[in-house]
Amino acid sequence: MRILVVEDDPILADGLRAGLALKGSATDVVATCEDAEAALSTTRYAAVVLDIMLPDGSGVDLLRRLRRKRDTTPVLLLTARDAIEDKVGGLDAGADDYLAKPFDLDELAARLRAITRRESGRAESQFEHGNITLHPVDLSVTVEGHAVTLSRREFALLSALMERPSQVRSRAELEDVLYGWQEEVESNALEVHIHHLRNKIGRDAIETLRGLGYRMRAVR
Amino acid sequence: MRSLKLRLFAALLLATSFVWLAAVAWIYVSSRRELEHVLDTRLQEAARMVASLASGLDRTAAAGSEGTLPPLGSYERQLSCQIWSLDGRMIARSSGAPAAQLSQDAPGFSDRQIDGERWRVFTVEDGSRGVRVMVGDRVGLRERLVSDLIKGLMWPALLIAPLLGGAIWACLGQGLRPLRRMARDLASRNAEDMSPVSLARAPAEVRPLADALNTLFRRVEAARRHEREVTAFAAHELRTPLSGLKTQAQVALATEDPQVVRGALQQIVAAVDRTARLVRQLLTIARLDADPEQAPRTPVAVGPLLAEIVADIPKSDHVRVTIEPSARDLVLDTNAECLQLALRNLHENAAQHTIGGNIVWRATADGLLVEDEGRGIPPDEIDKVGTRFFRGRHRSHAGSGLGLAIVKIALSKVGAQLLIGNRLDRTGVRSYVMFRK
Repeated sequence: MRILVVEDDPILADGLRAGLALKGSATDVVATCEDAEAALSTTRYAAVVLDIMLPDGSGVDLLRRLRRKRDTTPVLLLTARDAIEDKVGGLDAGADDYLAKPFDLDELAARLRAITRRESGRAESQFEHGNITLHPVDLSVTVEGHAVTLSRREFALLSALMERPSQVRSRAELEDVLYGWQEEVESNALEVHIHHLRNKIGRDAIETLRGLGYRMRAVR
Repeated sequence: MRSLKLRLFAALLLATSFVWLAAVAWIYVSSRRELEHVLDTRLQEAARMVASLASGLDRTAAAGSEGTLPPLGSYERQLSCQIWSLDGRMIARSSGAPAAQLSQDAPGFSDRQIDGERWRVFTVEDGSRGVRVMVGDRVGLRERLVSDLIKGLMWPALLIAPLLGGAIWACLGQGLRPLRRMARDLASRNAEDMSPVSLARAPAEVRPLADALNTLFRRVEAARRHEREVTAFAAHELRTPLSGLKTQAQVALATEDPQVVRGALQQIVAAVDRTARLVRQLLTIARLDADPEQAPRTPVAVGPLLAEIVADIPKSDHVRVTIEPSARDLVLDTNAECLQLALRNLHENAAQHTIGGNIVWRATADGLLVEDEGRGIPPDEIDKVGTRFFRGRHRSHAGSGLGLAIVKIALSKVGAQLLIGNRLDRTGVRSYVMFRK
């Protein structure tokens, strides 16, 4: 899951990057409305964590502009105020959820999972495909009921593929999911992760479509 | 009297009564004069008429052969007539006429008291016939006539008075309706409603009041908006560092990776430092706010104070600070602590916003100024600079939005003023501390 954090406080932004990485997400951090709009126009994010009070304007205004452009990326607002009218204003402007500062990292992660789940039209919190079950809550995967230990990247890769199992995900798309901007990507890194993943969940679970990308093999 | 309506009512009622009483007095005086005139004329005519008739009378006839006059209602026997011979014998008198001679004066009008009653008498002498005719009126009857006339006017008026009062009361109620309507509108508002009072239906007399109210509403609304803004800024500035602290702490707890733990702990230390500074500044503001008095003043040498501040505040290596001789040698009659607070925060600001370049302190004829070579203040934010917790677009990470607010309060305590703006010669901020002469 790739997430955009729009927050101008460097310490909080750094904490969100580190914290969301622990929860299995790749995170990009920007500090202004302007940078956020630029990032959103070039990259597809699973969700946006948006601070309301930004140096170059209001996060709520940014959200309104986004929704006017028919961008439906799920947005979670971070507010310093917890007055009802602030919450109502934010939700009416098109936010999917809000959290008042200071918040709990686990709660933030759970709410992000919830709004991305709603966005993809699922009700249940886990993904199932054949004999593989993926639990985003505790980052665990079971194959035929047995727990499998995956690295953070492997988990992110598997959840990207299992979100829409019948769909082919391109190489670039998958790299986007795995890495934020600041991270260096080695040319064969994706192949290495796929290789490890196949070793852990079964050789046939993921199929390669040459020149197109990867997808989950259809369940017979 | 507190009620406008009661006051107007009393005033109108008094004025009406006064006018009405004056009218009655006028009518009394003029009808009385008129009546006297008419009655006198009647006396005169009656006397002449009797004198002309008297020629056929037996001049020797004794009293008792007087003719009778028909009754005249309540004014019965108003007129009495006597005919005397010139040698002083009564020839005839009307019924009810007194036996005593009505007048002893010369012909013409005269007043006389007979048997305790006052008479108005007209006397005619007819030398050719040898008679003196006297016709008299009881003055008491005359008075009654006048007072009956006035009473006739008074009674209906007294009956009408309550009606008049009621009408005045109703008219006042009608006239004061716009005021009542405004009061009702205002009373039914909720506390948040600061919309202006409608002027469209307000009469000219109420308009100044409505205008004044609207001005007040606008001021209260502006103050409230300002307060809301400050609260919002404050909430953001206080809760964001807490949020950072908590998140970093949770990261440190959640990971096994020693490098991530170390990174998080370092961030926590930095966050605590920043929060500590924020708390210090908040306490400074609270202390300055608590004491509204002007600070006591002594001569303060600006040079050493500035040198100390400059040495104390960290700056990037590419920044050069110059204290010009004019500032170094300046001695001000001011409060050392307030001046130190103001200059320290101004210098901190300049140092935070200048990444490379010069910061220059200089004295002028009536103040002290510092110029930096930072990015300056966006023009639309100039007015908000110095609002508590306000941090503009060109904010520095270390700022709390309280520095300039502290400068403003500290300077106000020594009768000085902060004028802050962008430099005209290049980008950068020019902060000017103006001391009143």
